[in-house]
Amino acid sequence: MIRLQHVSKSYLGHKALDDVSIDFTKGKVTGIVGENGSGKSTSLKLMAGLVRPSKGSVLIDEEPTNRQISRIVAYMSELDQVPPFFTVGESLNFASTQFPDFDREQAEEILAFMKLEKTQKVKHLSKGNRGRLKMALTMARNAPYILLDEPFSGLDPMVRNSIVKGLIKFVDLEKQALIITTHEIREIEPILDEVIAIRKGKILSHNTVDGIREEGRDVVEWLEDIYGSGEGYGA
Amino acid sequence: MTIDFQRDKPIYQQLLDRLSSEIVRGDRKPGDKLPSVRDYAIETGVNPNTMSRTYKELEVMGIAETRRGQGTFVTEDEERLEQLRNEMKTKHTESFVSQMKDLGFSIDEMIEELKENKEGDS
Repeated sequence: MIRLQHVSKSYLGHKALDDVSIDFTKGKVTGIVGENGSGKSTSLKLMAGLVRPSKGSVLIDEEPTNRQISRIVAYMSELDQVPPFFTVGESLNFASTQFPDFDREQAEEILAFMKLEKTQKVKHLSKGNRGRLKMALTMARNAPYILLDEPFSGLDPMVRNSIVKGLIKFVDLEKQALIITTHEIREIEPILDEVIAIRKGKILSHNTVDGIREEGRDVVEWLEDIYGSGEGYGA
Repeated sequence: MTIDFQRDKPIYQQLLDRLSSEIVRGDRKPGDKLPSVRDYAIETGVNPNTMSRTYKELEVMGIAETRRGQGTFVTEDEERLEQLRNEMKTKHTESFVSQMKDLGFSIDEMIEELKENKEGDS
C-alpha cells in the first residue's frame, strides 16, 4: 500500500500539496485529476521518491520513500525520458539493466502490440510513438506500483486508444496498483476504479467511478460540479 | 472494438445490458463460452475489475455460470433465458411507452401505430 499522511510540499513558498492524506491499494486503477498546477504531478513525484515531503510522510509498503523506492515503483515521467540517440531496442536493453524486475519477454510483447520496431532510432520516432515507447518500458516492469504522469498528454486519439488498451492488457491487477494523472478523463474513465479530484494542492473528493455514475453523471461532470460552476474545469 | 458508454450509468451495468441483449438475440447461445475477463476487457476497453464485476452479476442473475478452470459460460437453463427475454421485453416496452407518453401519445395511438407497423412489416 502507498500511504500519504498529512503530506505538504512547498516549492519556494508555493504550496504544491497541502495536508494531503490518501491510501492506494493494489488491485485498483486510480486516476488523479485536476487542472494544471493542482498538485497532480507533485503527488506522483513524492510517491516515486523523486521529491521529499516538506511535512508529513509518504510510505510504500511501510517504507519511507527515497530514490531507492524505484525498486518497487515504476514511474513514468511526463517528459521524454528515453535518450534520443538510442534505438528502440537499445532503450529496452538499457531499461533492463536498470531494473531487476524488468521483464524482457513482456517488453517485446508490448513493443509488438504498440507496433514499434527495435531498429528505429528514438529521435526519428513520432511523438505518439515516443509516448508508446516510454509506456512500454514502464509497463514491462513487474513492479507492484506503477505511476504514470499524464500518459496521454499531447497525443492523438488513436495513440491514446492504443495506450489505454496496452494498459488493460499489460497491467496485472492481482499484483499491481496503477495510478495515473490525467487531463484526458473521457478516454481513461472506463479503466478507472477510483478517481481523486485535486485542486490547489488539496483533495476535493475521492470516489469510485461506479459510485459517481450511479448518481447519473460521468467523471467529467462530477469534476465540473465539485470544481464549482464559477471556475469551470474546461476539460 | 471500444464501446462508447452512456455517461449516466455504471459501466458494468451497460456491459450487463450488452451481454444480455446478445444472449436474447441468440448471438451468444446457451452453453457458449464467454471470452475471458481479460480478453473481453481489452476488446471493449474497460478495466478488468469492471469486467469481472459484470461476469459476477451475470452469475448472480443466473444467466451465466463459471466452471472452475474452464471459464464462464452462458447458462443452459432455457427457462431462465426465456425469463430474461421477457424481462428485456418488459424493460424496453416500458421505456418506449414512457418516451411516447412524454411526447403526448396515448396507449391507443401507440397500439394503432404498432399495428400499422406490423402490416408494413409483413
